[in-house]
Amino acid sequence: MAQTYFNEMYHNGRAREPYQQLENWTQAMPAEFRSLKQAEAEALFRRIGITFAVYGEGGDPDRLIPFDMFPRVFSNAEWTRLERGIKQRARALNAFLVDVYGRGEIVRTGRIPGRLVYQNEAYEKAVVGFVPPRGVYSHIVGIDLVRTGPDDFFVLEDNCRTPSGVSYMLENREIMMRMFPTLFRENRIQPVDSYPTILRRTLASVAPAKCTGEPTVVVLTPGHFNSAYYEHSFLSDMMGVELVEGQDLFVEGEFVYMRTTEGPKKVDVIYRRIDDAFIDPLCFRPDSMLGIPGLMDVYRSGGVSICSAPGAGVADDKAIYTYVPEMIRFYLGEEPILHNVQTWQCGKADDLKYVLENLGELVVKEVHGSGGYGMLVGPKSTKAQIEAFAERIKANPGNYIAQPTLALSTVPTFVNEGVAPRHVDLRPYCLVGERIELVPGGLTRVALTDGSLVVNSSQGGGVKDTWVLAG
Amino acid sequence: MILTVQHTTIYRYGAPVRGVVQSHRLTPSIFDGQRTRSWTITVDGGLSGGGFRDGAGDWVQGCSVRGPVTEVAVQVEGVVETQDLAGLLRGHRELVPPDCYLSETAVTRADAALTELAHAAIAGTSDPLDRAHRLAAAISDAITYQPDVTTANTTAAESLALGKGVCQDHAHALIAAARVQDIPARYVSGYLMADGDAVSNEAAHAWAELWIKGLGWIGFDPANRCCPDARFIRLGSGYDASDAAPIRGTARGPGAESLDVTVAIQAVQQ
Repeated sequence: MAQTYFNEMYHNGRAREPYQQLENWTQAMPAEFRSLKQAEAEALFRRIGITFAVYGEGGDPDRLIPFDMFPRVFSNAEWTRLERGIKQRARALNAFLVDVYGRGEIVRTGRIPGRLVYQNEAYEKAVVGFVPPRGVYSHIVGIDLVRTGPDDFFVLEDNCRTPSGVSYMLENREIMMRMFPTLFRENRIQPVDSYPTILRRTLASVAPAKCTGEPTVVVLTPGHFNSAYYEHSFLSDMMGVELVEGQDLFVEGEFVYMRTTEGPKKVDVIYRRIDDAFIDPLCFRPDSMLGIPGLMDVYRSGGVSICSAPGAGVADDKAIYTYVPEMIRFYLGEEPILHNVQTWQCGKADDLKYVLENLGELVVKEVHGSGGYGMLVGPKSTKAQIEAFAERIKANPGNYIAQPTLALSTVPTFVNEGVAPRHVDLRPYCLVGERIELVPGGLTRVALTDGSLVVNSSQGGGVKDTWVLAG
Repeated sequence: MILTVQHTTIYRYGAPVRGVVQSHRLTPSIFDGQRTRSWTITVDGGLSGGGFRDGAGDWVQGCSVRGPVTEVAVQVEGVVETQDLAGLLRGHRELVPPDCYLSETAVTRADAALTELAHAAIAGTSDPLDRAHRLAAAISDAITYQPDVTTANTTAAESLALGKGVCQDHAHALIAAARVQDIPARYVSGYLMADGDAVSNEAAHAWAELWIKGLGWIGFDPANRCCPDARFIRLGSGYDASDAAPIRGTARGPGAESLDVTVAIQAVQQ
């Protein structure tokens, strides 16, 4: 089956409006100049030391993720719609979290099956009945989007815990500006460099009830062996706050303190990049060496804020994802602006029948799987692989969901032969505190291999600067 | 019945530690079966941390002790008025959905033997309450009360295989068996006045609660083949013993820790 893909730059034989300036830019660029610039970009990334894996994919932690110099561009109108959709989703996800740790109206009214929520691994009994400051559980919502047409955007997944990759968004821009200053004079590109300031403001705005005065914010990292350590140190640096490990903090009385050379200093807001299971051995995994004993008691009694709030993960589960449009209608009384990818739940008899009959065209995923494990990409599989996978689904249908193979949009990308279209996705980072804010941009990942739809850096993916033009 | 409680837990450290942090679930539950007349928790040199009532209805209290220190004593003293509600946890305010207690933990995982026991126990009855009683009786039959053969880390499956254990093992096994039948079940920690031939795990006592639609949470104590009555004082609940522990704590420092617990529960003559 011949597949056609939406090319974000060239549509119906013409350069689309947001990309018109770039047409002249590439056409005027000699090949030698381009390879020189590409080498310069790589040297800059190496010098900065930004080499971590995106989204915890594993792999060589010192490997550089390829940076493609051809930007991905959104018009102001396109972005305005995306922004509304992303903020709407972030509001609904937070309303859902407050609800399922409270009265659970969405379950009581039969809109979501209780077992999906309450028996979910990410559901934390320890925070039931607690409403975090300003009713926010997920302070940084990373929403993964794909595009299939001029007006067709779909949400692939939500990330409500501690989505990574935002340092790429900032560094990609920094490097583009250094290498091509004229591009930024010729195009009215909205800045993204306010992200650390807004992040800090967001974190400070959710300081706990017992905090009086200017809140002390810290970034809590598992340590330098973590694949995203670069990002942890980068963000704490940019925000002008301390980067700490569990052993740097301790609980005494009603508060959490940080050891400093001038003695203990009270900490009010912890932006943690450690999973729930490890943050407090007295409450969660007793063998955790990364956390702070007693933290959860301080948290629940209003002595400190934890971002994202423990328990936020129940909102970004693959099985819960299906119900996000329902959340938007239920909590906000609005119609979803951004759509989910159509999803068949193999646990439902009708869906199972459809999935088994159409395996060749579908992508099938395990409900709790991640990183591409336990996955079938129908169009790229052999008949034998499909038949074997069908047996696995039949053995445990409830464990699988299926989605159509999406025709991801393409953006021109520098390749050996010149410029060629390559498939992309997008992760914007929505900040939720006193206000809901979104810097105009995000992280664009690109599949550098010709024809590949897999943008993961472990499988030949790279990153691009993402532009939003001023109106 | 009026019960007096004296419960002392002493932590001793081989070398002075820099500090101790604890989380206490040491306050009697609030429900129709018990009323607290007086209750004090004393920790020498202890700084009271944040306290709050959690979603399961338990009062949780943080506590820390500044080091260097080689010994921390937690002393609980109080008087509680109790009445026999035949195991019913009536009038208990909580928010955690019962379905939450269908999740298993490492120690409450049902193996083939527990699964088989659970199926055999309920054969022939469909009444939920009857099923719960039969499950509890089956656990009492299968595990004989015998101290010092199991440890704090023994799993439900292991104690069933041994055929022996203490109240903690009975409770874990009943929780595992109940979940096999899709009955939400949880671990309860508390005290028992051991009169006559009643057994309690020398220190504190533990039992299980099963969720029965229409009735709510009902306690079952397989170690004593009964439902909690006026001899029982309920403190708190959790998925298993570690989740429901009355004291969870940790010390900063290398010293080896030893523990000494004494519990005395007595009925006041009226």
